[in-house]
Amino acid sequence: MAGIDPIQMSACAIASAVNEGSIKAADVVSSFLQRTEDLHRELNTHVFWDKEAVQNETEKQLDYIEAARRAQKYLPLAGVPIAIKDNIMAEGSIVSCGSKFLQNHRAAFDATVIKQLKQAGAVLMGRTNMDEFGMGSSNENSAFGPVRNPWNRSHVSGGSSGGSAAAVAAGMTTLALGSDTGGSVRQPASFCGVLGLKPSYGAVSRYGLVAYASSFDQIGPIGTNARDLARTFDLLRTHDPLDSTSVDTSAFEKTEIQLERPLKGLTIGIADELLQEGLDEDVKKSFFESLEVYKELGCTIKKITLPNLRHSIPTYYILATAEASSNLARFDGIRFGVRASKPGASLKDLYAQSRSEGFGREVKQRIMLGTYVLSSGYYDAYYAKANRMRELIRRDFAAAFEYGVDLIATPTAPTTAFVLGQKTDNSLSMYLMDIYTIAANLSGIPALSLPIGLDRKGLPIGLQLMGKTHHEGELLRSAYQYEQYKRWTERPKF
Amino acid sequence: MSSTSVGQSDQSFKRLLARYEPVIGLEVHCQLNTASKLFCSCKTEFGSLPNQNTCPLCLGLPGVLPVINKTAVDYAIRMALAVGARIREKSVFARKQYFYPDLPKGYQLTQYDLPYCEHGSLTLDNGRVIKIERIHMEEDAGKNIHGDNASYVDLNRAGVPLLEIVSAPEMYSPEEAVDYLRKLRAIVRYLGISDGNMEEGSFRCDVNISLRPRGASKLGTRTEIKNVNSFRNVEKAIAYEILRQSDLLDSGETVRQATLLFDAATGRTQMMRSKEDAPDYRYFPEPDLGPLFISSERIKTIQFLIPELPEARKKRFQESFVIPEADAAQLTEEHELAAFFEDVVRLVDGKVAPKIVANWINTEFLREMNNRQAQWASPILSAGDLAELLRLIGEGTISGKIAKTVFEEMIEKKVSAKSIIDAKGLVQISDTGEIKSVVADIIAQFPEQVVQHRAGKPKVFGFLVGQVLKVSQGRFNPALVNQSLKDALDGDPKS
Repeated sequence: MAGIDPIQMSACAIASAVNEGSIKAADVVSSFLQRTEDLHRELNTHVFWDKEAVQNETEKQLDYIEAARRAQKYLPLAGVPIAIKDNIMAEGSIVSCGSKFLQNHRAAFDATVIKQLKQAGAVLMGRTNMDEFGMGSSNENSAFGPVRNPWNRSHVSGGSSGGSAAAVAAGMTTLALGSDTGGSVRQPASFCGVLGLKPSYGAVSRYGLVAYASSFDQIGPIGTNARDLARTFDLLRTHDPLDSTSVDTSAFEKTEIQLERPLKGLTIGIADELLQEGLDEDVKKSFFESLEVYKELGCTIKKITLPNLRHSIPTYYILATAEASSNLARFDGIRFGVRASKPGASLKDLYAQSRSEGFGREVKQRIMLGTYVLSSGYYDAYYAKANRMRELIRRDFAAAFEYGVDLIATPTAPTTAFVLGQKTDNSLSMYLMDIYTIAANLSGIPALSLPIGLDRKGLPIGLQLMGKTHHEGELLRSAYQYEQYKRWTERPKF
Repeated sequence: MSSTSVGQSDQSFKRLLARYEPVIGLEVHCQLNTASKLFCSCKTEFGSLPNQNTCPLCLGLPGVLPVINKTAVDYAIRMALAVGARIREKSVFARKQYFYPDLPKGYQLTQYDLPYCEHGSLTLDNGRVIKIERIHMEEDAGKNIHGDNASYVDLNRAGVPLLEIVSAPEMYSPEEAVDYLRKLRAIVRYLGISDGNMEEGSFRCDVNISLRPRGASKLGTRTEIKNVNSFRNVEKAIAYEILRQSDLLDSGETVRQATLLFDAATGRTQMMRSKEDAPDYRYFPEPDLGPLFISSERIKTIQFLIPELPEARKKRFQESFVIPEADAAQLTEEHELAAFFEDVVRLVDGKVAPKIVANWINTEFLREMNNRQAQWASPILSAGDLAELLRLIGEGTISGKIAKTVFEEMIEKKVSAKSIIDAKGLVQISDTGEIKSVVADIIAQFPEQVVQHRAGKPKVFGFLVGQVLKVSQGRFNPALVNQSLKDALDGDPKS
C-alpha cells in the first residue's frame, strides 16, 4: 500500500493499512492536515481551523492507535481522519454550532459518538462549518460565512452539514459526521457528490449533539463509499444509557457484512406524485437512469403512493420549530454563550438583547414560528394538528412497506447545488429544497443519499433511498452494489 | 382592605365564618429524598456549597439529555399507592417554558396533561375524605441569590425530584387545611420518600382559596397564595385571605383572580400577578424522554414496600392497646414516634398498661424531646431506658412522682433509672409494718383532724395521707399508705 496517497484511500483501506503497519497513522494524519490547511479558506469548510492545535490534539489518539497496533488489537477505523460537524461535543473544542452565540463555548464533555470514534481509532480532523444550529439547506446561515461547493465555488454546498460534506468531497478528510434533522446530512452529500446516511431515529446516540429538533435529529456519517459508511454506522449504532430515545439494536446484524449480498428480489417503490413540478430535468433523468441500474441488479420497481407526503414541509416546520424554540431557550446569555454588549436595565432586557445579538436571522425566524405554534390558543390548530399529520405520514410509509416495498427511491433534492445567494431572500423556496428528505425525519425511518451522476453544469446529483426502521443494512447494501456496478469515481478538481 | 389582625378578633372572625364559607384547595410540592436528581446523577443533599452538586445536565449545557431516575419513580408510585390513587400506565413529561436565571434549560420538566397519578384521597381527623385530584412528578428549579451589586445563581437544587400533590378544593376551614397537610406530611415520612421539612423547603405549599356565602353551592373567585412555608403560616395566610376577601365582598366589590405571595413578617398577602398577567408556559411533550411506562408488575412489587400508614396504625393502636383516639393520633403522627411507643410497650413486657406508656411518651417524653430539640436518630432516652423506668413504676419499686425526677436525671446524666434509684435510695417502701408505725405516729400527732375525719369531713383524709408521705420523703407506696390509714382510722377489726 505504501506510496498511495492516503487522500485517495477509503477509510477501510486506511484502517487495514494502519492496522497491518504498512502505513503510519501519523503520516495519514499529516497528509490530511496539510490538505485541510491548503483548502479550508477557499471552501470555508471549517470553523476555527488551527492546524497546529488540531495536530496537537491528535497526538494522544496517535499513541493509542500505535499501542493498539503493537498489541495487535484491531481498530475498525485505525488512523482514519474524521471531521466533526460543529454541533457535536468534543471535550475541549469550541463547539459553536455555526452561531456567534457560542463562539466561545468550549465543550465540557465528549459526545457518545466521539467516544465511540476515538475508541475505534478514528482521528478527529477539525470542526466543520454548518448552518447556525442546523437551520438551513445551503450553509448560508452560518455566522462564519457560507461553505463553497468543491465542484463549483460559486455554488452552495447544501446544508446544514455543508462543511462536513464539502470537506469529504474535497479530500480534506476521509469521513465526516453530520447531523440530519430534515435532510441536513443527505442534501449536502447530494450537492457535494458524496454519500450520507441518516440512520433510523434512535439508532445513534444523540448525547452530545446540540439539539435543534429533538424528535428529528440524528447524527449520521458522510463518506465517499458505502463500505466506509457501513463500517462507521456499525460502530456508532449502540444503545446509549445517556440517551433515553436510543434503541437497543445489539441483536441486529452488522451492516458491513451484508454489503455483498445480491439485491435480487428487493423491491423499490417510487411515488409519481413526488416526481412532478419543481423537479429539475437533469435530476429527473439521472434518477430514472439509476432505477435502470437497480433493475439490472435484479430489483423490481413498483409504483406506490404516499398521499400525505405533500404535507411534509408545513408539518416539519411546525413541529421542528416548536422543538427548536424550546431547545434554544437555554441560550439566554446568563450562564454561557455571549451576553449582550449592552445588557439593558432589566433581566428581560438582558435576555432580549443577548438573543437579538447572538442569533442570526433564520434562527430567530424559526424561534418565533415555534413559539407561536405552541402558544396557548394556537397549540391545537398547529402543533397538535401537525403531530396528527406526522402520524399519517408514518402510516403512509408503513402502508408502502406492508405493500411489499423494501426501499423507496426519490431524488435527494429537486435540484443540484444552486448559486450562492440565489435563495437567501426567499425562505419558502429554500424550504422546498428539503421536500424529499424531510419525510424520513418525520417518520423516523433511515435514509441515504448516494451520488448517481452530474448535471449539465457538472454538479453532482444524488439518489435518496429510504428503508424500514432499523434496516440500514438494505440501504447500505443497495448503495454498495450500485457503486460496484457503476464505478462512479468522479471527484471535484483542484 | 381590613387592617384587623386575626388574633385580636377571634369573635368577629367566627361571626364572619358564620356568613362565608371558605373553600380551600392545596397544592403541595414535596421533595423526594432520593440520593440523586430526577434526570442526572448529581447529589440532592441540602447545604452543599453553591453549584457543588451540578453537572452538564442540570447546568443546562447544550448537548445533554435527561434520563429518568428510576428510584424517584418508585417513590412516586409509593405515594400514589399510599393515598389509594390510580396510576397511569403511560404518563408524559412536558416542558413548561419560561425564562428565569434559576431555570437553566429555559423549561422545567413536569407532567402536565398526562400525570402518572390521579384520583387519590386522604381522611381528616373529623372524618371527612379529601380528594387528591392528581399527583405528578417534576424537577425543581435552582435558586437566585441577590447580592449588593450582583445576582448569583445556585443550581444545586435544579433537577431535584418533586411530587406535586393537588387536592380538590374541598377543605372548608384553616384547621382542615392544616390537618390535611399534617396527614400528608405524615404519609410521606412514613413512606420514607421525603423528610417533609417545611423550613428547608422540602415540603412547600400553595393555597387556593375562595369564599362563598354559607349555603351557596357556586364557588367564588379564587386566589392562589404561593409558597407558604409552615403550618402556622398556612393557617395565618388562609385567615388573612378570608378577611381580605370577605371585606371585598361585604363592600360590594369582587375578588379578582390572582396569584399572591404571603409575607410571613407582616402576616399579609401581596399581589404577585393578576390572572391577565399569567404567563403562557407553552407546554409540549418532552421529546428527549418519551412516555413513562409503569407496569402493573412494578406497582405490585412496590405495594409490598408500603408500610402501615398513620391512619391504619392509629386504629390499630386504639384497638390493640386500648388507648383513646387522641393519644393514638398523636403517637402515630410521626413514624418514629409510633415505633418508639411500640418498642417501649414491648419492653415493659405487660408490667405497665399501654395507656400509661402513651401518657408518659405524649407528655413527659415529647416535652423533653422538644425542649432539647432532639432528633429521632438520637432520642433523649432509648426505648429500653424509658421502659425500665416505667417498669419500675409498674412493679411498685418507685412512685410515679419520684419517677419524674428520676426521668430528668436520666436524661441529664445519661445513666439508668436503677442506678439513680439505688444511689439515692429512692426505692418505694412497701413494708406494711414500717408504714403502719408512721401512720400511728401521724394519728397521734393530729387528733383534731382525726375527729374531723370521723365527723365526715372529706378533705381531711388527703391531708393525713400527705403527712404520712412527707415523713417517708415520698418513698412509701401511696396505695399502701391509703389502705393503712383507712384501716387505722376506721378501726379495722384486725388492727
